[in-house]
Amino acid sequence: MTTTTQPRGRRDAQATASDYRPGPDGLLLEVDDLHVEFHTEDGVARAINGVNFDLHAGETLAILGESGSGKSVTAQAIMGILDMPPAKIPRGAIRYCGQDLLTMPDEQRRKTRGPEISMIFQDALSSLNPVFPVGWQIAEMFRKHRGMNKSDATAQAVRLMERVQIPAAKQRVRAFPHQFSGGMRQRIMIAMAIALDPAVLIADEPTTALDVTVQAQIMALLAELQEERQMGLILITHDLGVVADVADRIAVMYCGRIMERADVLELYRRPAHPYTLGLLESIPRLDQKGQELSAIGGLPPNLLRLPSGCEFHPRCRFVQDVCRRDRPELTAVVGAAPGRESACHFSEEVHRG
Amino acid sequence: MTDTPQQSVTATAGIEPGEPSTDVAPAREAAAPARSLTSDAWRQLRRKPAFWFSVVLIALFVAMAAFPGLFTSIDPRQVFDVRQEPSAEHWFGTDGQGYDIYSRTIHGARASILVGILTTVATTLIGGAVGILAAYFGGWLDTIVSRITDVFFAIPVLLGGILFMSAFPSDQSTPYLSVVLKVVAALTILGWPSLARLMRGSVLQVLPNDYIQAARALGASPWRIITKHVLPNSLAPILVVSTINLGVFIVAEATLSFLGIGLVPPAVSWGVAINEGLTFLRTFPHIPLFPSLFLSLGVLAFIMLGDAARDAFDPKSR
Repeated sequence: MTTTTQPRGRRDAQATASDYRPGPDGLLLEVDDLHVEFHTEDGVARAINGVNFDLHAGETLAILGESGSGKSVTAQAIMGILDMPPAKIPRGAIRYCGQDLLTMPDEQRRKTRGPEISMIFQDALSSLNPVFPVGWQIAEMFRKHRGMNKSDATAQAVRLMERVQIPAAKQRVRAFPHQFSGGMRQRIMIAMAIALDPAVLIADEPTTALDVTVQAQIMALLAELQEERQMGLILITHDLGVVADVADRIAVMYCGRIMERADVLELYRRPAHPYTLGLLESIPRLDQKGQELSAIGGLPPNLLRLPSGCEFHPRCRFVQDVCRRDRPELTAVVGAAPGRESACHFSEEVHRG
Repeated sequence: MTDTPQQSVTATAGIEPGEPSTDVAPAREAAAPARSLTSDAWRQLRRKPAFWFSVVLIALFVAMAAFPGLFTSIDPRQVFDVRQEPSAEHWFGTDGQGYDIYSRTIHGARASILVGILTTVATTLIGGAVGILAAYFGGWLDTIVSRITDVFFAIPVLLGGILFMSAFPSDQSTPYLSVVLKVVAALTILGWPSLARLMRGSVLQVLPNDYIQAARALGASPWRIITKHVLPNSLAPILVVSTINLGVFIVAEATLSFLGIGLVPPAVSWGVAINEGLTFLRTFPHIPLFPSLFLSLGVLAFIMLGDAARDAFDPKSR
């Protein structure tokens, strides 16, 4: 297949010109003061409380956090696949290439999904339709979004399956999802997500359902594809190990807020938020074998009844009176590298260690 | 799994003479690399004697309905001596009016099959469409549909049928097709809500799957999600129940005709024949016997087919 597989071009080389142009410095996506709440029988659950971040072309942003910290909801809000109701976005903006996705007409927004912003899901085992062959499902992207005929689309699907390193792609294009292993299904999901060369790819815990060796392969593949196509990649994960290799920047989320934001190495070297510190300390390490593994005590608070002041204070070991009273904003950490931000009254002290 | 040995027994014992044995091997080879749920179901079905038995019976009944001339050359309206016992000339005897029972039973298949198939198609289309829309869009649409189906569940089929048929009565001058369509309409009105409920439930099971989310995230339109992702994954239960329902609708037609409000003479139908034969139940039992036998066989065939299909489509029963 070496003769037919050509390195697929960047976005500008694509047959269909995009209506969206990234900003001058490659700015693709801007999430501005995003709030999401769920209206339930028990009251209003505030899942996202003012999330800000931006994403540039060729950049990998990792969103890190515990279960229930609002990572996936952020992703779904960006994709516009939140079920509304019960979800509601009372405030905030999500700008893609300068255009607000939230105020865009539904049909226009739907057309951004796939060719502009695309997503990979957590559970590779259930994210493919069981009744259609995988090749058909990949080819569908080309047929519907690009208007290709069946045989061209299938040829493209085979090419993509080869790109995501599925062995014997030509023979397996007609196979059904249940005939693939979990890792292979995730590769197919990736192939579908990158089929239309999206500018932004959101990967929502792409390796959670996979075993460790396959995790590494999938992450390597994602990194490779991102490098090749200069996509902006949002990597949502709770796995600190996964983040370290791949991400450029990290945003740590807790209770629907970004608690700390930093370049990946900076964050690992010197966390500036007690929550990040706790997370880093809870990684099992071989050189500490036999010692007790430290963990962050307690559980994340109920989103229906967020604590006063800093959301993290009930679990924080450095808690002071001011933490119970005032909610710290996400601000630059004094005395740290530029771009370091933390939402803690004592970020400077934590950062100093 | 306790039924695995059983199945292998039926698989070896159940090779039907009618099954073309030549295409089995290539078909299996072709199916091996890519087996969908449907092709799996078909492989499963193929081995069941019950499936082939019901298919042959249904084929026979459909042939009777379409071309009664193949089976009998006697006009069902030709009059002979009344109440004859079965003989070489009149295989099933003659009835109280002197009609040939064999001929009338053959010609009666048309009404039953027509009502059964038309009603099944209509209920499946209406119920399926309503169910899928209610489940997919939810909200007030779902609420309204659910309440409407609740209301229909409160009406017994027979009572509803009697009401409808007496509101739009047929007599001897009503054309055949419009009599049949009236019965179809009555049964459809009463039959679609249960299928809508079933479809709604099965769609609600499919919707939370990640591949629906994935389709949305990859820019599929609602129409596309419904037709390509929701429908194929939620179709099996409604198809199975519809097949079984076909038999039920045939019974309902016969019941209405038996009560004298479904099909009316001169239309020929099993229900009408059973009704007329009932007078002679004690003296000449063969007169109601034969139409009853055909009715039972027809219903049995469809219900068996539905059962076989359900077993094949339900992975848990394997």
